[in-house]
Amino acid sequence: MHDSHEHEHEFKIPLGPQHPALKEPENFSIALKGEKIMGVDIRLGYNHRGIEKACEERTFLQDVYLIERVCGICSHSHSSAYVQAVEEIAGLSVPRRALYIRTLIGELERVHSHFLWLGVAGHEIGFDTLLMYTWRDREIVMDLLAQLTGNRVNYGINTIGGVRRDITPEYGKDILAAIATLEERTKYYIQIATEETSIIKRLSGVGMISRQDAVRLGAVGPTARASGVDRDIRREDPYAAYAELDFNVITDDHCDVFGRTVVRLKELLESFKIIRQVVAKIPDGPIAVRAPRKIPAGEALSRYEAPRGEDVHYVKSNGGEKPERVKVRAPTLANIQTVKHMLRDRFLADMPIVIAAIDPCFSCTDRLVGVRHLDNHKRETLSWENLRLFSLGWHRARGFDVAIAEKKLHNLMEH
Amino acid sequence: MSYEEDIRQETVRRFDFLKDSFKIVRPRRLTLDVAYEKFSEVFDFLVHQGKFDILCAITGTDEGEDLGFIYHLAQESGVTLNLKTRVPKSHPVIQTITGVFPGAEIYEREIVDLFGAKVQGLRQGNRYPLTDDWPEDEHPLRKDWKPANGSGREM
Repeated sequence: MHDSHEHEHEFKIPLGPQHPALKEPENFSIALKGEKIMGVDIRLGYNHRGIEKACEERTFLQDVYLIERVCGICSHSHSSAYVQAVEEIAGLSVPRRALYIRTLIGELERVHSHFLWLGVAGHEIGFDTLLMYTWRDREIVMDLLAQLTGNRVNYGINTIGGVRRDITPEYGKDILAAIATLEERTKYYIQIATEETSIIKRLSGVGMISRQDAVRLGAVGPTARASGVDRDIRREDPYAAYAELDFNVITDDHCDVFGRTVVRLKELLESFKIIRQVVAKIPDGPIAVRAPRKIPAGEALSRYEAPRGEDVHYVKSNGGEKPERVKVRAPTLANIQTVKHMLRDRFLADMPIVIAAIDPCFSCTDRLVGVRHLDNHKRETLSWENLRLFSLGWHRARGFDVAIAEKKLHNLMEH
Repeated sequence: MSYEEDIRQETVRRFDFLKDSFKIVRPRRLTLDVAYEKFSEVFDFLVHQGKFDILCAITGTDEGEDLGFIYHLAQESGVTLNLKTRVPKSHPVIQTITGVFPGAEIYEREIVDLFGAKVQGLRQGNRYPLTDDWPEDEHPLRKDWKPANGSGREM
C-alpha cells in the first residue's frame, strides 16, 4: 500500500472491480498526483471459483473438462498442462501422433490469442480499425479450431493418454490454406506496428520494465521476453512434440509496450512455422492409450508455455480415482505483479494499455447452441441459419419484423 | 554422469543429511524434502549457488497433522526442483521468501488464505484470493473444509 502522507496533493482513484477498460474483474487503487501515478494497489480474487478444491471432489477424467474451463482463451494450455501431469504420474506413454495434435492445437490457440491481444491493444489506444481487422482475421483460426476439434473455445481435444479426435489429411490442406492467409495478414500488422508513426509513438517508452526487474518479479511469456529475458518453456522444458520441431524464441530489448507488441507479432510467424512442420511431420498411429480410472500414488509438476507465458500445474495422487491435490499457477498471476512497477511515475492515461499489454486473460463464449425440445426431449444442434430464423421469428412475435424494417430502410435510402 | 546427478551430488556434498531425500524423478525433474529448521539454509544454497533462481509457484498441501509446502524452483536450463517442507498445523508459521523472490508475495497470500499458514515477514496488503468478509478461520483447501459446512454453502 502506498503511503499517502508522503505526497500532499495526492488523491486516490479506485478502478474496478467492474473495470472500465478490461472485461475482467480486478480492482486497482491508484494514488495520483495530478496526472501522475504515484502508486498502485491491486486487489485480485474476484474470479476465484474454487476450481482447485472442486478438482479434489471429481475424478481425474472429469477434471480434464473442469480444468479446461479455468480460462476461456488458453483453455488448451490448462488442459494440456493438467493431462501431462496425470500422464506422468500414471506412467502413460502418449502416442506421438497425439503429441503432434496437441502441439498443433496449442499453436493455433497461441495464434488466436495473439490476434485477440493485438485487437485489444488497438482498442485501448483508440485504434479501433486495428481491432476490427485483427478480430476479423482471428475468425479464420477460430473456424479452423472449430473444424478440427468441434469447439470454438473449450476444444475438448485432450484426454488422459492422448487426444479425442484425429486429424484427417484433408484437414491438413485447410490448415495450410488458413495459415497462408494469416501469415500474410501478420506480416501486414508487423509492418503497421513497426512503421506507423502514431503506434510507435503511443507505445514506445510506455509501461517500461527493465530486464533485471522482469527477472526479479518473476515475469513470464511475452511480457518477460520483450524485456530481453530469453525464456520459453517449449525450448527449456520441452513437452508434446516441441523437442522435434524447429522454432526460434523471440525476444526484444525495448522493455515497453512496443516491445511486447513486436514480440507477440513475431511469435505468430514462429507459430506458423511450427504448424507447417506439424502438418508435414505428423506420424501415423493411434491417438490415445487407455488410461486407468485409478491413478497410482505419486506427483508431477507440469510446465507449459501458454500464449501469456508459463502455465504451471502440480498434481498429486494418493492412488484413488480422485486427485489429492491439483494446483494451477496461470501466467497472469506471475505477470500482474509487474504492472505496479510499469505504472509507477507514468500517466493515468497509460493505464489501460499498460495493463492490457501483459495480456490478462478474459473469457469469451461458445457459439454453438444446443436445444432440447421440452415436449419430446429430442436434442438437436442449431445451425447458424436456423439460429438466425429463430431470432427473426422471436422478434416478429414481439412486434418487430426485420423484413419490414429493412424494406422501410430501403425506401428511405431511395428517396 | 547426468547434469541432474551433478546437481544432486553438489547439494548432498554441502548438506549430507539430504542424501536420502534428494531424488531425480526424471530428466529435468528433481525432488527434495527438507525439515523446516534447515529450510532457509538449503533454500538459499539452491537459489544462489544451485542457480535455481526461477520461482514457478508455491503449492500448499494438507498433510493431516501438518501443512506441506512445495516451492517449485527452476533453473534457466529447464531443470525444475520441487523443494518440500512442512510445519505442524498447530503452529503453521513459515518465513516469507519475498526477500529473494518479490513476486512470491501473491503465492504466499494464497497459502495464507487457502491453507491458513502464517507467513512471517510478508508485508501488509490485500488478501488473496478470498473475499474481504471471508471468515479468518476457514481455509477452503484444508481437507476438513467442505463447501457444505463452511461459508461456501451460501455461494
